[in-house]
Amino acid sequence: MFFRDQSEMLPPRAAPITEVGLVGWLRINLFSSYANAALTLVSLTLLLLVVPPFIDWVLIKAQFSGDSGEACSGIGACWAWVDQRLGQFFYGFYPAEAHWRVNVTAILLVPAILYVLVDNLPGAKFGRWYSYVYPLLAAYLLVGGFGLEVIQTDKFGGFMLNMVVGLTGIVLSLPIGVLLALGRQSRLPVIRLLCIAFIEAVRGVPLITLLFVAIVLLQLFLPPQVSLDQLLRVIIMVTLFASAYMAEVVRGGLQAIPKGQIEGAQAVGLGYWQTMRLIVLPQALRISIPGIVNTFIGLFKDTTLVIIIGLFDLLGHARLLQTNPDWIGDVDHEAYLFSAAVFFLVCFLMSRYSVSLEKQLSKDRH
Amino acid sequence: MAAPSRTRIQQISYLWTDERLRGIAFQLLVTASLALFFAFIIWNTATNLKHAGLASGYGFLQDAASFDINQRLIDYDSTSSYGRAFLVGGLNTVLVAVLGIAAATFIGFLVGLMRLSSNFLVSRIAAVYVELTRNIPLLLQIIFWWVIILALPRVRDSISVGDVLFLNNRGVRMPQPIFEDAFQFVLALIIAGSIGTFFLARWARKRHELTGRTFPVGWSSIGLIFGLPGLSMLFLGLPVSLEIPLQGKFNFEGGFNVTPELIALWLALSLYTGAFISEVVRSGILAVDKGQIEAARAVGLPPGLRTRKIILPQALRVIIPPLTNQYLNLTKNSSLAVVIGYQDIVSIGETVLNQSGQALEVISIYMAFYLTLSLLTSLLMNWYNKRTALVRER
Repeated sequence: MFFRDQSEMLPPRAAPITEVGLVGWLRINLFSSYANAALTLVSLTLLLLVVPPFIDWVLIKAQFSGDSGEACSGIGACWAWVDQRLGQFFYGFYPAEAHWRVNVTAILLVPAILYVLVDNLPGAKFGRWYSYVYPLLAAYLLVGGFGLEVIQTDKFGGFMLNMVVGLTGIVLSLPIGVLLALGRQSRLPVIRLLCIAFIEAVRGVPLITLLFVAIVLLQLFLPPQVSLDQLLRVIIMVTLFASAYMAEVVRGGLQAIPKGQIEGAQAVGLGYWQTMRLIVLPQALRISIPGIVNTFIGLFKDTTLVIIIGLFDLLGHARLLQTNPDWIGDVDHEAYLFSAAVFFLVCFLMSRYSVSLEKQLSKDRH
Repeated sequence: MAAPSRTRIQQISYLWTDERLRGIAFQLLVTASLALFFAFIIWNTATNLKHAGLASGYGFLQDAASFDINQRLIDYDSTSSYGRAFLVGGLNTVLVAVLGIAAATFIGFLVGLMRLSSNFLVSRIAAVYVELTRNIPLLLQIIFWWVIILALPRVRDSISVGDVLFLNNRGVRMPQPIFEDAFQFVLALIIAGSIGTFFLARWARKRHELTGRTFPVGWSSIGLIFGLPGLSMLFLGLPVSLEIPLQGKFNFEGGFNVTPELIALWLALSLYTGAFISEVVRSGILAVDKGQIEAARAVGLPPGLRTRKIILPQALRVIIPPLTNQYLNLTKNSSLAVVIGYQDIVSIGETVLNQSGQALEVISIYMAFYLTLSLLTSLLMNWYNKRTALVRER
């Protein structure tokens, strides 16, 4: 016999090192062709030019203590203002002894949001009601009255103001947006026309013009004896603005519902509102959640626009710091970098959530 | 046996079950309450204006504005009217919108393709850029860029880029092209070349459809639009020259200055919108069916043609509608210019408002301006959309 008796399998050979492991990964992802290798080298150079100096400036050469701009070295970032100003950046001019009220409101917010967004939480039935009551609770805690010291809304500021305007805007705009979306698809011509006109008009103008309306015109539209709180006026216009965008998001959801669902509902004898409330909206809103979250991210970023009409949100306090005589000229970039980091963190987490929801939804559908 | 006769009340109550009647009644109710609401607002406004002693109407647009505008595309001085000031502001908005749209489209397509790159590093860098710019408020970015530009060295210590471009805290000093009269001839040639290319392309397409023979439209259009005018320029002895800024003791001589406000706004708007556009582009390209690309490979189309003839036309159809939205967003977002004092329509309107007190009129001008822009853009894009949709049916 020339052939060896091959009753046993040969042990498998390891894959060539050019295909697996670190080398394989590098080859496939970074150096698969000459062009790719060139791109990799260019990118690496760019990264080396940008990242190390940035980290060097932000952290390593940075100055962390001091009472005024004189303490800043100038070669690195100056974070000396943080311990003085952090409170203002987050709470604005809200009285320090009442900061706990903001904190409690923020902590109570977590279950309120969770019960809306996550199914099958323990105590879901009670939780829903809690979510409905939460806005009142939050308003009571923040503004006061009934035993708590009343704090005027012009004391609201910093990141808390962004949260208040953004969250109120989104919560109030959701029902209005749903109604507008339904109206846009209504068979009644007057209703449809009015809804389309409102949605397109609001979406056609920048938020800033609506904020100007809030500041200079709203007072003109009301009887002289009625005087609305400035924050309230801003929230009204922000809500109207957001509801037009919300209407378009919900419309997308409505259009994704198969006609058979509506016909089925009619066949079992449900009226228009019953059909919408029991059959169409639960499905449509479910599909729209990623869009709603995206609208919220947009609105949340837009809350910084309140600085144009003289309110001081997080960005406003960054500007205040920048022009403060103690710090002027020394912490320009740092103040904005800090606010940018805060906004980025919040918006990035929300957008990740929205992306994962979208993935989940498309998985459910297939 | 007599049928049970309906009472009058029953008859009326049956009306409620008639869906059509109910609809009409509901619409009437809504119309009436809206009319009441508006009447209430108008009445309030009229009384409030009377109490404040303010005149209403657009007559004030003819009054002298008596403030200066540095950034302007048309003639304007402080004796010009408010109306003229609005025009200058509107043109400034259009200016930054057009510049921003061009840059954002470029960035968007570049980054969108980068994110789809098989190169790990390239796609990651693109992703980081997109996430960073998308999740930070635009207003913050505008202020941030502005602060960075204002922190540039003073005019005396300008950073020079090849002795042609100078960066300093008053903006960018750029060379200015100076056109001589003979340049009009070149300009006419360019226009003629463009029109010629248009007809050439139409003829070539028709011939391609009829006979299958192709014609190098791309090369010939380059020849028509750039080649001929370029040659004529040589013959005419270069009727255009660049005036390069010269650094003087206190300021520059020659060239023209782009203000820090315009640069900051333009940078922020294009980087921000570019990130959104890149997502639009990415999803548009991903939306093209994989089988299409495989089929194109199978019939032997080279990579360039594959992209141009198979991927792009299909991707563009998905890309165009959301792209329009981004363009509109950019235009509306340019109103944030007011924060850094770029004199767009909102910023100028605010000055006018403070001087004249004509709040209602100024804000109505804002709204009319932006609504017109939105409407025009969406009309244009709808037309384009229809064209690309038709191609599919052919």
